[in-house]
Amino acid sequence: MDANAAKLLGAGLAAIGVGMAALGVGNVFGSFLESALRNPAAADGQQGRLFIGFAAAELLGLLAFVVAMILLFVA
Amino acid sequence: MSAESGKIDPMHQFLIQPLVGEHWQIAGQSIAFTNSALWMALTFGAIWLFMLGGMKRDLVPGRWQVAVEGFTGFITDMLDTNVGPKGRKFAPYVFSLFMFILFANFIGMFPVALVGAHPFAVTSQLTITGVLALLSFSIVLIVGFAKHGFHFFSLFIPSGVKGPMAVIIFPIELISFLMRPFSLGLRLFVAITAGHILMEVLAGFVINGLNSDALWVAPVVSLPSFILMFGVTLLELLVAAIQAYVFALLTSLYLSDAINLH
Repeated sequence: MDANAAKLLGAGLAAIGVGMAALGVGNVFGSFLESALRNPAAADGQQGRLFIGFAAAELLGLLAFVVAMILLFVA
Repeated sequence: MSAESGKIDPMHQFLIQPLVGEHWQIAGQSIAFTNSALWMALTFGAIWLFMLGGMKRDLVPGRWQVAVEGFTGFITDMLDTNVGPKGRKFAPYVFSLFMFILFANFIGMFPVALVGAHPFAVTSQLTITGVLALLSFSIVLIVGFAKHGFHFFSLFIPSGVKGPMAVIIFPIELISFLMRPFSLGLRLFVAITAGHILMEVLAGFVINGLNSDALWVAPVVSLPSFILMFGVTLLELLVAAIQAYVFALLTSLYLSDAINLH
C-alpha cells in the first residue's frame, strides 16, 4: 500500500477512538442524570465528580484525535 | 483563505505570525509581537475591564458587581468543597487561571473575521496550555514538598496498602502523577483546536458550496452545513466554558492532594 494512503487510513481509523469516547462521555452524563433524577437533592453536590469523570472520558477521545492529526500533518 | 483556492485549509488559523517587529531579537531568538501575543493582550484587557467594572463594595450590588461576585464565589466555593479551608489562599491563582482560559476561549470564538481581522484562539497552542499546566503542577509540587517534606511521597501509596503491594502501587501512582501536567495541558489544547478545525471545515463547506458553478450545490451542501455549524458553534461555546471549569477543577483537586495528602 502507498504510504500516504496508509496514513490517511490510519487517521480515519483513529476516528473510531473519538466515537468510543463519545460513548464514554454519554455514559458519564447519562448515569449522572439517571441517578440525579432518583435523588435530586444529592445531585448538586456531585457535579465536581461528574466533570472529573467527563474530563477523564473525554481525554482519551482527544488523544485519538491527536493521533489522527499527527498522522495527517506530522508523520 | 479557503474560498480562493477552493481547498479547505483548517490549520492555517493556528499559524503564529509576527505583527510588529519581525526583526526584534534577543540572543538570536525572535521576540516579535505576534498575533498570539495580541490576542493574549486582548484577553488580559477584557478581564481587566470586567473586573474593574465590578470590584465595588456596594451593599446592594449592581448587575456588574453580581457578575464578578458570581465568578469569584464560584471559584472559592470550588476550592472550599475540593480542598477545604486551607484552599482559600489559592483562590487568586485558580481564579486567574479560570478567567484567563475562559476569556481566551471565548475571545477566540468571536467572529472577528467578519470585519477582516484574523481570529486566533490563544488556548489552541500547546505552548500556552502547556505552560499553564506546568505552572499548576509546579505549584502543587512546591506546596506539597514545602508542607510535608519527603512525607509528600506517601501520596503515591494509598492508605491501607502494605508490604509487596506498595512496591507495585508506588511506580504506578508515580507515573500517573507525573502524567498530570501532560493530560491537563493536552486536554485544553486539543479540545479547542478540534473545535476550531471543525468550525473551519464546516465554514469551508458553506463558502465552497455558495461559490460552486452548479446551482443545486448551494441549497444541498451549504444550507445543511450552515445549520450544523450553528449547532457546533453553540457546542463550542459550551466546551469553552467546560474546559476552563475542568482545568480549574483539576488544578484544585491536585492542590488538594498536595495540601491534604490522603
